[in-house]
Amino acid sequence: MAKVLEIRWHARGGQGAKTAALMLAESVAEMGKYVQGFPEYGPERMGAPIQAFNRISDEPIYIHSNVINPNIVIVLDPTLIGKANVTEGVPEDGIYIINTTKTPAEVREMLGIKSGKIYTLDANQISLETIGRAIPNTPMMGAFIRATGIIPFDQFMTHMREQLSKKFKSKPEVIEGNLKAIERAYREVNAE
Amino acid sequence: MKSKVALTGNEAVAQAMKQINPDVVAAYPITPQTEIVQIFSSFVANGEVDTEFVAVESEHSAMSAAIGAAAGGARAMTATSSQGLALMFEVVYIAASMRLPIVFPVVNRALSGPINIHCDHSDAMGLRDSGVIQLFSENAQEAYDNMIQAVRIAEHSDVRLPVMVNMDGFITSHAMDVLEVLDDETVRNFVGTYVPEDYLLDAENPISIGNFDMYDFYFEHKRQQVEAMKAAKEVIREIGKEFGRISGREYGLIESYKLDDADVAVVVLNSAAGTAKGVADELRANGVKAGVLKPRVYRPFPQDEIREALKGVKAVAVLDRAETFSTCGGPIFADIRNVLYDLKNDIKVVNYVYGLGGRDLRLEHVAQVFEELENIRKTGRVDETVKYLGLRE
Amino acid sequence: MTPYNPFNRNFGTGTRTKAVRPDMKWHELTRAGNIYEPGNANTYETGDWRSIRPVWNKERCIHCLMCWRYCPDASVIAKGGKFETFDYKHCKGCGICAKVCPVNAIDMVPEDEIKKVKEANKDEE
Repeated sequence: MAKVLEIRWHARGGQGAKTAALMLAESVAEMGKYVQGFPEYGPERMGAPIQAFNRISDEPIYIHSNVINPNIVIVLDPTLIGKANVTEGVPEDGIYIINTTKTPAEVREMLGIKSGKIYTLDANQISLETIGRAIPNTPMMGAFIRATGIIPFDQFMTHMREQLSKKFKSKPEVIEGNLKAIERAYREVNAE
Repeated sequence: MKSKVALTGNEAVAQAMKQINPDVVAAYPITPQTEIVQIFSSFVANGEVDTEFVAVESEHSAMSAAIGAAAGGARAMTATSSQGLALMFEVVYIAASMRLPIVFPVVNRALSGPINIHCDHSDAMGLRDSGVIQLFSENAQEAYDNMIQAVRIAEHSDVRLPVMVNMDGFITSHAMDVLEVLDDETVRNFVGTYVPEDYLLDAENPISIGNFDMYDFYFEHKRQQVEAMKAAKEVIREIGKEFGRISGREYGLIESYKLDDADVAVVVLNSAAGTAKGVADELRANGVKAGVLKPRVYRPFPQDEIREALKGVKAVAVLDRAETFSTCGGPIFADIRNVLYDLKNDIKVVNYVYGLGGRDLRLEHVAQVFEELENIRKTGRVDETVKYLGLRE
Repeated sequence: MTPYNPFNRNFGTGTRTKAVRPDMKWHELTRAGNIYEPGNANTYETGDWRSIRPVWNKERCIHCLMCWRYCPDASVIAKGGKFETFDYKHCKGCGICAKVCPVNAIDMVPEDEIKKVKEANKDEE
């Protein structure tokens, strides 16, 4: 089996984790890679902790089970740290991308992990300034591209522009805002 | 021309329906099928299809309206899941007995109760004996491909039966997956224009259909349905080949994965077959001769193909995502074991019921099955014939 | 019988035959029991279901044809806007015609009385 990159998103209902997982899948698919993007469905409502998943590979993906050992964990809501089991099943060299005002070192202490790589960014502030609302999902994708380097950033932006244009035909300001948010996130992410 | 896109299973099926452009779609929304109806009705609203969309008040009415439309000479479809299919139950038998080529995707979901919205196959298995053809799909690609072929299978003059296209609820329906879609013209040419043979709106040739049938004729007409099911196997193979020519993806009644030299094999439907293939690959790298058999067609049952595919295997595990409460295993297990009995070569066949109500089938579960099969192969001993996978016990 | 060929569209799947007989085998019957002969209910004589029969009183009848309108089995035969006769081969003897008749021109008579009268007439002959 070819190497499959597995991603787990932690968020609260309404923050756009499902949308982000599916948009990421669409963008990566357009780059010729094989992807899956799927949310975990339950009785969740707005505000309840939820998860979403991605698999990315250069070969067709056969597996249809849940993601148990994600290589990458993306946390959209900092208040989930300590509530949702963010570190569960993550290997030693796992990557964490976290929406928070804290530094990677502070987050590392909160998570109680020694190994792995931690990326932080204030996606709420970025989205407020660029989109006008605290919807951290698109900036997190910018941080994801920075953290993984799975796709060249410029190409990713081209695909995102296409997708956002499809999704928000009648709201050009939303498209520009989101693109700006992704770009700022890509630049402003802190790593440790 | 074909292009690679990322779509969820529901989006892929709605896309196929759009390209088929049926005359009538009558449907009622139910989780996890809702998106199919929602997306398709937006195609209707935007004028992207010529379909008459009938928003009915229940699934019983949905199938009834599809029956009326098909009897009138239209290419008709519906779609449902779980409780919706259960509510449709009696009318599905009527569609089959009236030999109406209605194609309907079923997004597999557990039947209540306890109430649950997630995937298992209890809904489809409930209509196993209704006389409809049942196709199963491992992923969004197969769901899309099966929908397009289903139209031709259903309408073939030797068949004329409803076709149910199954895919796993949420696992396939709501997961984004990469697939190749055909262009509209290729699909249009492949499905062709529907030419009904007997239909009520044919004023030149008045007929009556759905007639009262007593003990003096009912039996004979049921026997005709069996014949149509038999004929369907050849038709499905032919159409699967023809579909291969336009898409590069050929389909048969079953998919044999690394069974040629396999010692141990797993038989499983739908998305779990992909997971099983992944595990088989890993085991093969460690020297275990593991294989997977995925029935694409469950009704009619491809007994000859299955017997041929499994004849060299020493131990087989059948994975059932539905319970029969017979206390002797799941539905597919009964069929597979029945078919292998004729070989008289002492293949050990065991059963695992898994994934009820959406319980995840994990890689280690499948690995455990293969490990137990290896033990059976080596010792020749079966301790327990029917087991549960991923159950807390 | 021709040998079985699944691609012969008329085999087993049924022909458009009009002559369905109760001794026909499954593959000789029309597919799904479809009936290709319109109006064949006429060949099914329901008259012997009748235990009472309508009898027309010519003197009282005003030819309003209420009976003709109401008969659920189309067993009142009218001609030129006038009552002609009953179709006793199909009349089930429901009595609706007698009920709706505004001038009581239809009597419902038990079949065994009719039989008795017939036999009496025969004796007289």
